[in-house]
This record gives sequence, structure tokens and C-alpha cells, in this order.
Amino acid sequence: MCDSCGCGDSDIVPVAVHERILANNERAARHNREQFHDHHVSVINLMGSPGSGKTAVLEATARMLGPSKRLGVLVGDLATDNDARRVRAAGIVAEAITTGSACHLDADMLHKGLQRIPWRELDTLFIENVGNLVCPAVYDLGQDVNVVALSVTEGEDKPLKYPIIFRKADLVLVTKIDLLKVLPDISIARIQENLSMVMPTPVMIPVSATTGEGIAEWVEWLGRIRQAPPVHVHEAEAHGHAHHHHAHDHTHP
Amino acid sequence: MHEYSIVQAMFDQIEAQAQARHAIAVKRVFVRIGRSAGVDVRLLKTAYDTFRVRTICDDAPLEVDEVPEVWTCPDGHGDIVPGGKLTCETCGRPARMASGDEIILERLELEVP
Repeated sequence: MCDSCGCGDSDIVPVAVHERILANNERAARHNREQFHDHHVSVINLMGSPGSGKTAVLEATARMLGPSKRLGVLVGDLATDNDARRVRAAGIVAEAITTGSACHLDADMLHKGLQRIPWRELDTLFIENVGNLVCPAVYDLGQDVNVVALSVTEGEDKPLKYPIIFRKADLVLVTKIDLLKVLPDISIARIQENLSMVMPTPVMIPVSATTGEGIAEWVEWLGRIRQAPPVHVHEAEAHGHAHHHHAHDHTHP
Repeated sequence: MHEYSIVQAMFDQIEAQAQARHAIAVKRVFVRIGRSAGVDVRLLKTAYDTFRVRTICDDAPLEVDEVPEVWTCPDGHGDIVPGGKLTCETCGRPARMASGDEIILERLELEVP
């Protein structure tokens, strides 16, 4: 209240907040990550444009690994469970998280989706994110690594047009390389060069889900991630923002 | 269009702040958005203007402070200009992002009784 003249008017007060707007998502992601670590599940967030070959790569991965490894997939899909069905047909546990109109998965959607598959029994859980090169990059889910699928048919300059998602990638899978023979103007070297302008540590594996080329190298990379997941200095911490402790206040079914 | 879900999260934070201080209204909202945070400031403002109608923020303009993208050498050899390779020319180490990915609710002006 105004206390200088006693008129009873309200006051305008400044309030410093300094809080990350996505702090709630980050708390949920941290919670997911703790769960995954506790159960020794390696978690891969697979992102890319619609049609970049994310599902085909997972099918090829399942074919190469066979039933020896316990793999699972949660697929973020706007409207259907087609991709989940495709992956199931290849022999891996898969369920869809139908996002409706949402253009990305967030940590809470993933958390709810987890209840639909026996994720604790897996060695590796793939999260096939919604096909989109913009929105998924902004939301941490609790994964160990981010992988972006970039098909050779999308053009060499995708990393420059969508720098954020590539910056956050631990690995870029350059997919559909069997098509290079009919795309004389596309060069893997130029894709690599463009990646180095947006990724401080560019790592790229060219693959073809059709011929199987590069899939062994990808599977080897997955094995290394499972043995020793990279420690990400989360940008939040690197910039010195406050960190909120998340107490585990509920049980899991 | 994740800007709408960012605005939704922002309203939750603003409402919590306003409730804690028994505010009657929010008069101004200040956010800091990095130029490489993956947030389109124009869309953010549109989303904010759509959501704020008939809320405690009805009367509160959104002020956006855009933070430039800065990359730096982790060994102290100075800044690295984006647009080229993101490694230090002196020591070859991968650059570290020093700023530009912020999505922060910075401060509010609240009307209190």
C-alpha cells in the first residue's frame, strides 16, 4: 500500500525471478535420467525430419542385433502408431506416444509413456522423437545421448538451416547413403564440413538401412555409449544457473 | 510451435510468483532469450499475447532481451566467431557455448495491495 500519503493505492514492485522457463521439464528429465541410470538402461533420443529414416535405422539395428540384445523403442507420433508397428515387426518392443498436436516429446510425456513398456528389462531404449528439426531440440527427456538422422536427400545445408538440433547432437547418422549414386551433387564431405560449423565435436556415421552399410559401426557406437555414456555438462549448469534438487516423491508401477 | 508450450510454462511460473506476493496484477514481464535457444521471439510474443487475455498478465507487456550467441575457447584463447569451424584456432579444442541458449524468466513488475 502507498504509505507516503495514505491514499490506499497499490504499489508496483519489481521481483527478480531468474528462473529457467523450462525448469519443470528439466526436473522431470532429471528424474527420468536417474531412473534410467538406476536400472542400467542406455537411452538414445533419436531425432530428425519426417522421412529422414529414423524408423528404418531402428529396423536395421534390430536386424543386426537380433534377439541377443534387449532393445525397446518409444515412438513419438502425432497421430498414428504406424512406426511403432513397423519396429515391432522387426522384433523389438515398441509402443507409440501419440502427441496429438504437440510437435515434440517432453520429459513428462516420456515418463508417462514409460509405463507402457517393460523398460527396466532393456539394455537400450530408443526414443524416436516426433519428426521435426526444431522443437525436439529444446526439450531434455533424460536421455544419455542425442542422435540426429539426416538423409542425403534432404540436402547438405540442413545443419546450417537447423543449427540448434545439430549442436545438441552427440552423433549424426547420415542416412540413405545407398541413394548417393543417383545424387551426384551431394557430397558426404560437405555435410561433414557443415556439421563442423554447428557442432563443436562433429561425429558422423554414414549408413544405409537398405544395404546395411555403416550399421555395424552404428551398433558399435551404441555399445560404447552403453559402456561409457558421455557426461554432458548441461548448459544450465555451465552458465551457473540455480539447480533444483528433485526429490523422488512417488513410486513407479 | 513449441513457443506455446514455453509460454504455458512461463505463465505457471508467473502465477506462482504473483500468488506468493498476493499480487493484484502483473504490470510487466521481462524474459531473456538466447539467439540460439531455439525460440522464435516473434512467435513467443504472439503466443504470449494470445494467452494473457483475461489472466493476471492482461495488462503486462512482454519485454524480451535477446542474448547474442557467443562461443569461446575452453582454454582461454578467446572467442570463436560463429560461421566457421567451432574449434579454437590456437589450440584446436572444441569451442564451448558461453551464451545464446538462455530461456529465462528474468523479472516481473507486480502490483501489490
